[in-house]
Amino acid sequence: MIRIESVQHHIGPAPILSDISLELPKGRLTALIGPNGAGKSTLLRLVARLERLQAGRIAVDGQDIARTPTETLARSLAIMGQHNNVASRLRVSELVGFGRWPHHRGRPRAADHAAVAAAIEAVDLGPLAHRFLDELSGGQVQRAFLAMTFAQDTPWVLLDEPLNNLDMAHARALMARLAGVVRESGRSVVTVVHEVNYAAAWADHIVAMKNGRIFAQGPAEQVLNEALLSELYGTPIEVSSHDGRPLVLHHHAHSEAELMIRVAS
Amino acid sequence: MILGRRPAAVLALSALVGLMALSLGLGAAEIDLRSARSDAWTALVVMESRLPRTLAVALSGAALAVSGALIQALVRNRFVGPDTSGTSEGAALGLLAVTLLAPAAPIWVKMLCASVAAVASTALFVAIIRRLPRREVMLVPIAGLVLSGVLGSVVTWIAWQTDMLQYIGTWLSGEFSGVTAGRYELLWVAGGAAALAWLGADRFAILSLGDEIATGLGLRAAAVMRLGLVVVAVVSALVVTTVGMVPFVGLVVPNIAARLVGDDLRASLPIVAAGGAGLLLVCDIIGRVLIAPYEIPVGMILGILGAAIFLVLLYRSPAHG
Repeated sequence: MIRIESVQHHIGPAPILSDISLELPKGRLTALIGPNGAGKSTLLRLVARLERLQAGRIAVDGQDIARTPTETLARSLAIMGQHNNVASRLRVSELVGFGRWPHHRGRPRAADHAAVAAAIEAVDLGPLAHRFLDELSGGQVQRAFLAMTFAQDTPWVLLDEPLNNLDMAHARALMARLAGVVRESGRSVVTVVHEVNYAAAWADHIVAMKNGRIFAQGPAEQVLNEALLSELYGTPIEVSSHDGRPLVLHHHAHSEAELMIRVAS
Repeated sequence: MILGRRPAAVLALSALVGLMALSLGLGAAEIDLRSARSDAWTALVVMESRLPRTLAVALSGAALAVSGALIQALVRNRFVGPDTSGTSEGAALGLLAVTLLAPAAPIWVKMLCASVAAVASTALFVAIIRRLPRREVMLVPIAGLVLSGVLGSVVTWIAWQTDMLQYIGTWLSGEFSGVTAGRYELLWVAGGAAALAWLGADRFAILSLGDEIATGLGLRAAAVMRLGLVVVAVVSALVVTTVGMVPFVGLVVPNIAARLVGDDLRASLPIVAAGGAGLLLVCDIIGRVLIAPYEIPVGMILGILGAAIFLVLLYRSPAHG
């Protein structure tokens, strides 16, 4: 379990997070949703000690992140950030190999090589393993970084908008894979998701944030209802149902469409 | 150009051995290397002059190229080298200060002052470029050139005021004609520092992916940065004090290596080192041969050859996996 207690965060005078207390359940796929600027990424980055904790306390499986050595934390949680543009000329296999560094610290063993190969296979980059990153497309680079995060093989995996740059097939495959990892190996995944339907379809647990506060949290079918989502995003949103899971129809709404037609005529 | 790592390493190493043999055989005195064991005169020439010079050139080239690869990884920019990041000028400034304030200080004290000043100026460079907008890639080398220029003018101004212009001239333009046994051995320390860098190669390669990825992988980014700065500064300080500033090697060679084998430093640093030694040996040999028995300073040859190589590289497409 990740326990977040009374966390606040400011950038200059601007409050980014105000008084966040939250528990992220172990062995679940948790989706962080909410409008732009809600503080989702900041919260994720604080948990992953990429940002200095200004106030409050965060513990990952009982390890206080402010006091646990960073190399120990690297074996407890892996994070993939949003900006993965790298100037280094590295091959996919070399980049993914660095994911094993917290485990071998410079002396890779057979198990490490196997984990790297498996992670590359998992994101469907096998044939491109020996390519340099600067010869790949944005989506392929994104998948290479995902593979590095998988290779780190930690009980917690934090992902900041992992679906960026991915096409439909790879986005769905990634969510299915995350759900599979959670189901089969009992690992915990926390991911920031922009497209609510991926959260609706795959997440066990949803945390909705708005204006630096927790807006709602709970199981998907409980959080993803019309009233709550409409208020969360500040726009009318319909929620239907498909295959027993919520289906969020946010890309168009009857009332707005009618409004547009009336304005046009 | 497709080149595996192993063939690249073998190729680089055999070229290096050939160049060193060539360098040993060249010089004003006519000697036959094969008789070095039996002939005392030949042995003297080789041990006192030829071998020290050859080793000095190879060590300087290797260490400078490695420190260039390091600084490029630390600042995440391909277009800088130890000669365009204020490092060499910082070393010269420190050396000048200690020479003025404590002229009788032993050489290791002078070296230490040069190293400390080089660390300070390189740290200043890093601090400056961290404040630059990320997207403006070309601002980094420009900032380095400006800093180097400013520090260089300070050195020249102080030297002019204190009547030491001729003295600093030997540091500002590197050349190897004065190298004999007993006057180059500190370069082994520079070589040692470069070897140390290889031991930390993974750390530097990870740091070059950015502070966030480095932290995520459990690396103390600030500590790795400090280690890298010390290695870069010590190498530059030792080279400047022993043979003077040697331009271009630290910029061109890491770029060539990156194009051929990529930036996985653990694999590429040995190739970088061999390449730096090789390039400097070639330039030194050309400088010795062109107007023999006189010499052209290695820096001049390097400027011409280095620029040409760099242009060719820029216009060729990089190696594919």
